[in-house]
Amino acid sequence: MAISEPIIAAPAHRDQQLSRTWGQPPGFWGWFKNVHHTAIGIRYMVTSFIFFLLGGVLAGILRWQLARPENNAVGPDLYNQIFTVHGSTMIFLFAVPMMFQGFGVYLVPLICGARNIAFPRLNAFSYYIYLVGGLLLWGGLLLNTGADAGWFSYVPLSGPEFTAGKRSDIWAQMITFTEVSALAVAICIATTILRHRAPGMTLNRMPIILWEKLTIAIAVIFAMPAVMVVSSMLLMDRTINTQFFNPSVGGDVLLYQHLFWFFGHPEVYIIFLPGTAIISTLVPVFSRRHIFGYVPIVTSVVATGFLGFSVWVHHMFATGLPQMSESFFTAASLMIVIPTATQFYCWMATIWHGRLQFKLPMLWVFGFFFVFLIGGLSGVMLASVPLDWQVHDTFFIVAHFHYVLIGGALFPMFAGLYFWIPKFTGRMMDDHLGRIHFWLFFVGFNLTFFTMHFLGLRGMPRRVYTYTPEMHWGTLNLLSSVGVLFMTAGVLVFLVNFFRSKRYGKLAGADPWGAGTLEWATSSPPPAYNFLELPTVNGREALWDAEPNQPIVGGIREDIPEMLVTNSLDSEPQYKEEMPGPSIWPFLTSIAVSIAFIWSIFSPWGIAYGAIPVTIALIGWLWPRGKSPTPRYDNPRMEKSWNG
Amino acid sequence: MERLRERPILDVSGLPSVAFGRANTTWFANVLYMTIEGTMFALVIASYFYLRTRSQDWPPYQLPPSLWYGVANAVVFLLSVIPARIAQRAAPEGDRRQIRIALLALAAFAVVNMVIRGFEFTALNCRWYDNAYGSAVWALIGLHTGHLITEFVETLTILAISFTDKMEGTRLADVAINSDYWYFVVITAVIVDFVIYGTTRLL
Repeated sequence: MAISEPIIAAPAHRDQQLSRTWGQPPGFWGWFKNVHHTAIGIRYMVTSFIFFLLGGVLAGILRWQLARPENNAVGPDLYNQIFTVHGSTMIFLFAVPMMFQGFGVYLVPLICGARNIAFPRLNAFSYYIYLVGGLLLWGGLLLNTGADAGWFSYVPLSGPEFTAGKRSDIWAQMITFTEVSALAVAICIATTILRHRAPGMTLNRMPIILWEKLTIAIAVIFAMPAVMVVSSMLLMDRTINTQFFNPSVGGDVLLYQHLFWFFGHPEVYIIFLPGTAIISTLVPVFSRRHIFGYVPIVTSVVATGFLGFSVWVHHMFATGLPQMSESFFTAASLMIVIPTATQFYCWMATIWHGRLQFKLPMLWVFGFFFVFLIGGLSGVMLASVPLDWQVHDTFFIVAHFHYVLIGGALFPMFAGLYFWIPKFTGRMMDDHLGRIHFWLFFVGFNLTFFTMHFLGLRGMPRRVYTYTPEMHWGTLNLLSSVGVLFMTAGVLVFLVNFFRSKRYGKLAGADPWGAGTLEWATSSPPPAYNFLELPTVNGREALWDAEPNQPIVGGIREDIPEMLVTNSLDSEPQYKEEMPGPSIWPFLTSIAVSIAFIWSIFSPWGIAYGAIPVTIALIGWLWPRGKSPTPRYDNPRMEKSWNG
Repeated sequence: MERLRERPILDVSGLPSVAFGRANTTWFANVLYMTIEGTMFALVIASYFYLRTRSQDWPPYQLPPSLWYGVANAVVFLLSVIPARIAQRAAPEGDRRQIRIALLALAAFAVVNMVIRGFEFTALNCRWYDNAYGSAVWALIGLHTGHLITEFVETLTILAISFTDKMEGTRLADVAINSDYWYFVVITAVIVDFVIYGTTRLL
């Protein structure tokens, strides 16, 4: 691709033209037709944050009930529903949709230097499907039909014999909704990263956050089918009498656990890798230097993605597996330490050799280092079978995975929010309130969850709704519950800060942090077309490494929503693709799919009859409309026969 | 205020607006989609063999599925690759007539596949509620039938588009991609057939 000499041109009102081309329809129905990635990304973040707040309220109720022995704030049945919906909400409706979908959908196209995400209508569809899945789970809880067999709904407890009614069916279909959503986004994000990167952003120059999003997308593609298969088997066992998990006629309950954890462990990395992606993005910005050890970090990220698929059995050490396989999975689980520690060392080296600016997002990064390290260390302990047996199903496990998940996802999330909210809203968050938020949350978190290690070692089992005073667990439980008050106060301070800053905050400008990735090359918030001038890239930190006269891309049509497609390895321009515009059909399709899925809870014919409107909606979606400009083929014979 | 453009331009105005094969983004997404679906098949097949290890007799105290419908359908599936390939080759040439004929033939093959599949269901010699073996067999063949029907509807839709003036540009690329997906349906059909009909007899 030749680069022409500098030219001077003054194209008239290009921004207005681009706004017309890429703008989304206004008004009530316009909301349902919007297919721009920034809008959908914001929706994912807002919705999943609301689910986070709701899940937090449930956590508060759990801690209220456990605050003292023989408390009767909630009974055992409601307690079961609350901890199940709490876990399911935090994993399926908050952590993945926030960390992978929300941040990914909003940021990936911007960091790639693209004007929209690949397959924007599929992306919009994924949001509605996710929303319905969340409403289904919570609607069930409000109608006293909340899932109640734990966030992983093990059989036989969740099976037809022990859970009558519709509680487990609602859980199983909620899984289908959220996983279809994550899979759709995985396709959009992987395609955007591999085919829509700005020219010059070769794989070797791709920002680490894109490597991580790509790894997660591929992990989603291989992991999510497992949970869809297993939740469908559960649903079929419950609704049409299949016998997958019925041991009396050849079924096997451990099949459920194998399939579930084949998804479930990669899921941990699907939640945690976006966290490290944020850390790897923020550390160089606030250390004012390129990241140390780009290649080891990228290798570690990809290795974590792979290794994540080889450790699922460590969730099943207490099920009586052969000793050989326990040893293998112990070794595999311990191996995960290597790539994670490599990343830690690279971050430390970057900070050590940089000029550290201890700004608010960086405070949360240090919070992550501390909390996640503790979670990682208790993970190393749990990888060993004897210790795992000892503390299996106790509060030690609860402490461990909250350190890993809150450490690995929530602390980086807040770091990321304080970092990118100026980009999302155009205004800075208040630094002072942000620090109050941090300390309240940090102290509260450690108070709540560090005490749980001791409760676990003293034998307090998970998922019990109360305990007797003779167990002497009361004081630690009370301390743990007090911690929740601090965390709640912290989150409230965040909300106040957000709404205040959104209105009165200092204007952020395009690049308030002096960061190097391409999302900072455009105004905050970005215009409907993302970039007025499509960038090219000269290094791993596009803005830091740009030449003074870094070329821009010219020759992309601006009267239609056209995007450049580049090849996967070298991001050489290949062709120009006309992107789909706003459409109501993704929304209508999501309604049709939702009807089919929810109907199938009540009757197996739901899928059969429900397939008819789904088919109609899909044809409506895919049917070409309007007049596209004359296509331009790369086959000269074709140009002749077709246009001639 | 109009802004002056003073930077060198990487001029992409000469690039095509349609790409066939691997360059096409939808081709790429289709590969990812087939990976998802392929993982699902792999997991259901793995479950089938896992359940087999839990049973002394396989199939448990019943006859394996009758062979001939399965074999007949596999043969029809393999033959259907011919029209799929013809459509795929005609697409980048823009040969609209050949595309229509090939897609019509492909849809006809799919109808035959679905009819034989109906007979297959009657000759499985088990019901999904009998035991775990029956559940696994029905799940496998059911999963594949879902794909067969989806692909049939997709082929019909593209066939309908090919009779309008919209069959140009990226729609032509879609014809080629549809054939890729058909190959996936054929390959999974042969594998599912081998698991259900073959392994019960051979292994």
